[in-house]
Amino acid sequence: MPKDSGIGASSKRREDVRFLTGAGNYTDDINVHGQAYVHFLRSDIAHGRIKSIDTSTAEAMPGVVKVFTGKDFEGVGGMPCGWEVTDKHGAPMQEPPHPILAQGKVRHVGDPIAAVVADSLEQARDAAEAIDLDIEELPAVIDMKAAAQDGATLVHDDLKNNICYDWQLGETDDAKVDEVFANAAHVTTLDLVNNRLVANPMEPRVAVGEYKRGTDEYTLYTTSQNPHVIRLLMCAFVLGLPEHKVRVVAPDVGGGFGTKIFHYAEEAFCTFAAKACGRPVKWTSSRSEAFMSDAHGRDHVSKIELALDADNNFIGLRTNTFANLGAYLSTFSSSVPTWLHGTLMAGNYKTPVIQVNVKAMFTNTVPVDAYRGAGRPEATFQLERVVDKAARELGVDPIALRRQNFVTQFPYDTPVALTYDTGDYNGTMDKLEAAADLAGFAARRTQSEAKGKLRGLGINCYIEACGIAPSNIVGMLGARAGLYDAATVRVNATGSISVMVGAHSHGQGHETAFPQVVADMIGIDESLVEIVHGDTSKIPFGMGTYGSRSLAVCGSAMVKATEKVIEKAKKIAAHLLEASEADIELKDGQFSVAGTDKSVAWGDVTLTAYVPHNFPLEVEPGLEETAFYDPANFTFPAGAYACEVEVDPDTGQVSIEKFTAADDFGNIINPMIVDGQVHGGIGQGIGQALLENCAYDANGQLLSASYMDYAMPRADDVPFYGVDHSSQTPCTHNPLGVKGCGEAGAIGSPPAVVNAVLDALNSGGKAVDHIDMPMSPSRVWSAMNS
Amino acid sequence: MYSFDFEKPSTIADAVAALGAEDAQALGGGQTLIPTLKQRLAAPSKLVSMSGIAEMQGVCAEDDGSVSIGGATTHATVALDTAATYPALAALAGQIGDPAVRNRGTIGGSVANNDPAACYPAGVLGSGATIVTNARQIAADAFFEGMFTTALDEGEIITSIRFPVPQAASYQKFLQPASRFALVGVYLARFADGVRVAVTGASEDGVFRWSEAEEALDKEFRPDALMGLRINPANMIADLHGSKEYRAHLVSVMTKRAIEACM
Repeated sequence: MPKDSGIGASSKRREDVRFLTGAGNYTDDINVHGQAYVHFLRSDIAHGRIKSIDTSTAEAMPGVVKVFTGKDFEGVGGMPCGWEVTDKHGAPMQEPPHPILAQGKVRHVGDPIAAVVADSLEQARDAAEAIDLDIEELPAVIDMKAAAQDGATLVHDDLKNNICYDWQLGETDDAKVDEVFANAAHVTTLDLVNNRLVANPMEPRVAVGEYKRGTDEYTLYTTSQNPHVIRLLMCAFVLGLPEHKVRVVAPDVGGGFGTKIFHYAEEAFCTFAAKACGRPVKWTSSRSEAFMSDAHGRDHVSKIELALDADNNFIGLRTNTFANLGAYLSTFSSSVPTWLHGTLMAGNYKTPVIQVNVKAMFTNTVPVDAYRGAGRPEATFQLERVVDKAARELGVDPIALRRQNFVTQFPYDTPVALTYDTGDYNGTMDKLEAAADLAGFAARRTQSEAKGKLRGLGINCYIEACGIAPSNIVGMLGARAGLYDAATVRVNATGSISVMVGAHSHGQGHETAFPQVVADMIGIDESLVEIVHGDTSKIPFGMGTYGSRSLAVCGSAMVKATEKVIEKAKKIAAHLLEASEADIELKDGQFSVAGTDKSVAWGDVTLTAYVPHNFPLEVEPGLEETAFYDPANFTFPAGAYACEVEVDPDTGQVSIEKFTAADDFGNIINPMIVDGQVHGGIGQGIGQALLENCAYDANGQLLSASYMDYAMPRADDVPFYGVDHSSQTPCTHNPLGVKGCGEAGAIGSPPAVVNAVLDALNSGGKAVDHIDMPMSPSRVWSAMNS
Repeated sequence: MYSFDFEKPSTIADAVAALGAEDAQALGGGQTLIPTLKQRLAAPSKLVSMSGIAEMQGVCAEDDGSVSIGGATTHATVALDTAATYPALAALAGQIGDPAVRNRGTIGGSVANNDPAACYPAGVLGSGATIVTNARQIAADAFFEGMFTTALDEGEIITSIRFPVPQAASYQKFLQPASRFALVGVYLARFADGVRVAVTGASEDGVFRWSEAEEALDKEFRPDALMGLRINPANMIADLHGSKEYRAHLVSVMTKRAIEACM
């Protein structure tokens, strides 16, 4: 029987009532008395040297409060990078400055050059058009391989080249890797592109900066996934402000997908300008601005080689990847192609020798950073595509080849720095085979062929490292932040509970799922528990939401804090019941003395905590506890996906006919929310596989700069999904046994779709072994006819 | 957007007068013009809305069997009100954009704009329709003069478009995945005196008639009639969404599908 409340219940998302009835409170809904508006004048060329900026005409235009250029920010810091990667020779990555407004050069289309603050947005735009720019255009650095050549034009004049770092993980002895490949019975090689994506959350970014002269206090309202991280970075590294004088509020946020993790120049600008202008300053990104200023995702070009022995065991894996970082280092950009990517190259397989090589490149493009999955989709895509190609080359069943090479003993130390604590990849694959009715595929293919369509089946496995992260480990790897989280459980006198959490909900359903845990632990109704998040003045210092970490890390802190609350409440109950604390049991919101009918209700205990007339003298009044939680290891969600497509041989059009996901997320708090997270992730993965393509021309102009050319997946592009989450190996090191589910769909689906399309084409006699994403009708048709 | 004056006249005569002002521009449903203004890519002195002119609204069956559609009629109205009289045209109108676009966008606005990937130009040219303006009547064959270019004079208003109704017709649209405009759209109409094939989305010269296909189909109206016929890719559009060769290929595929739909 499914539960109807608490852990394991599909409680309906309480936050949806306000979201779906227009009662949400998004950053753009926030208007501060007297606010002015900023418009950023952005570069329309990819690379140029600023010779002069004349703002005098603009400053005299109606309504203009102040015009800012890079000169106004010479005394403050630039946008920081939160992770220092060390290259394979032991040198730190090259870390160029990232000014709030361009200084000296513009480095991508969309790079902010000047900012006009005016009484109205239209006045600001009018004045921005009156700014006289003299910019000498320079050759654009776009292609990563060309950018890596000696003598290439430099994106940053002060760096020695355009290579941020040349990084390696796994086997350091090249000769040993060469030997494995030389002795292999079969080697499969694949060149592939992981296409650049634009996150496109429904809500564009917004920032409102406010400064109160009387108290010398700042408030920044911003569309962020992690308000405390923004406050720390902005105060400590950019503006040099004392943290206790700065409040950062991230209210309802309309989707993040990673792109709202980072500290952006516009946030620091609005905070700085609020004081400089003596007025609150508001910025709301247009969709066009979002395309050229939100950090993009993915953009890897890779070569992967898989070595197999005569029995088809994987014996070696080598990858060489160019990763595009864009023009500047976004907050966590350096970690994505390295520690979030290279560490996942073992996948679900016991390949003994792995060498991962990554050159991270500066180019004249928008900065690239984490996007749903962040490095793990790029790893999974390479690995699962090369495994599928190997199966085709060897003429073996792709599922059997995978099963043969699965890791089956846990814990398992990979050759690329991780320890998988638990998993059951064969068990999950069994679930997939049943849920996807793979036995019925042949009949479905026959039906498709009768309609003149080619039908293909694509299989994919994935593993991801979530629950980011043990602070001591990531610290050793270069992180400039800890990655714990925090929660305060505040019990009110009448028994209701406010839980202040460091995680931030921007679509994930925390406001529903987190209370399920606390209510379940105490045995009270979920409606008595509420989550408070997104305001540094209300919540403890937490690290926010990304990397499928919220429940595994912040949820664990919440459990610990709740345990402390229960422990204290038991002391009070013992006093009221005149019993020993050790004999007190809590069940269904009642404290009782074991073996007796004596009991006291939760609400009576909480009231006593705040009206402590009859109270144990050694116990402090009140009932509020905080806990911080730093995980002992990553969590390792894993799964197996099956995609079935039809391809129209006349046009190359692909339609997804069936998609089934079998995931092992460990324990599940709210199955409905987990299903929804997987649905959304698969939708984004299908978008990447078939539709989304952020493309630049050779001059660095963004070709896909609006929805006229950037194809987002729509409802009719995706099928009804089958999801099976019954394969559960609970995480061994967090109190809830949870692993995280937010990114799985986006990680696991792209290779499944590509594998399915190739299977379809090959079934029709077209020997096509790879098509780069997005597999647009044009690309599929070209591959079939080349 | 830049500021502008706004007029909403109730007669064609008043609209023509209002459009006499320098840099004045007619506003249909605004589905292209308003986004253009919001991006500050146009700066008209005055917008003259066509939506208040009663005589430019609606669909009317003429005595000669043709269907006349007021220039300010929305796509949604055309989809509904020509479903019985000219179903292929209704189907075309019903596939434009999304419901919001179809309930704002107008046939006159679309045809006057002549976007190279718009659907209506194919329907108008494929039907051999007549564009009726405040000043004259223009045959479709003489109206479309290339991408975003028409025979309309400055300030001239499309008051209605008169469609002869063919024996059979079909519009086959292959979607550009992002915009969902036509990557290639083929409108095929079979009249007693011949077949017309109009292609949108494909050519750098905008909508065009595929005369070789028409001749072949005049001889024998069956899908195989196109065997061996190929559009020259040279003038096709090449972009992120498809090469010249791909578009040329799609013209053949979509034409064949239109023939099959008319059989």
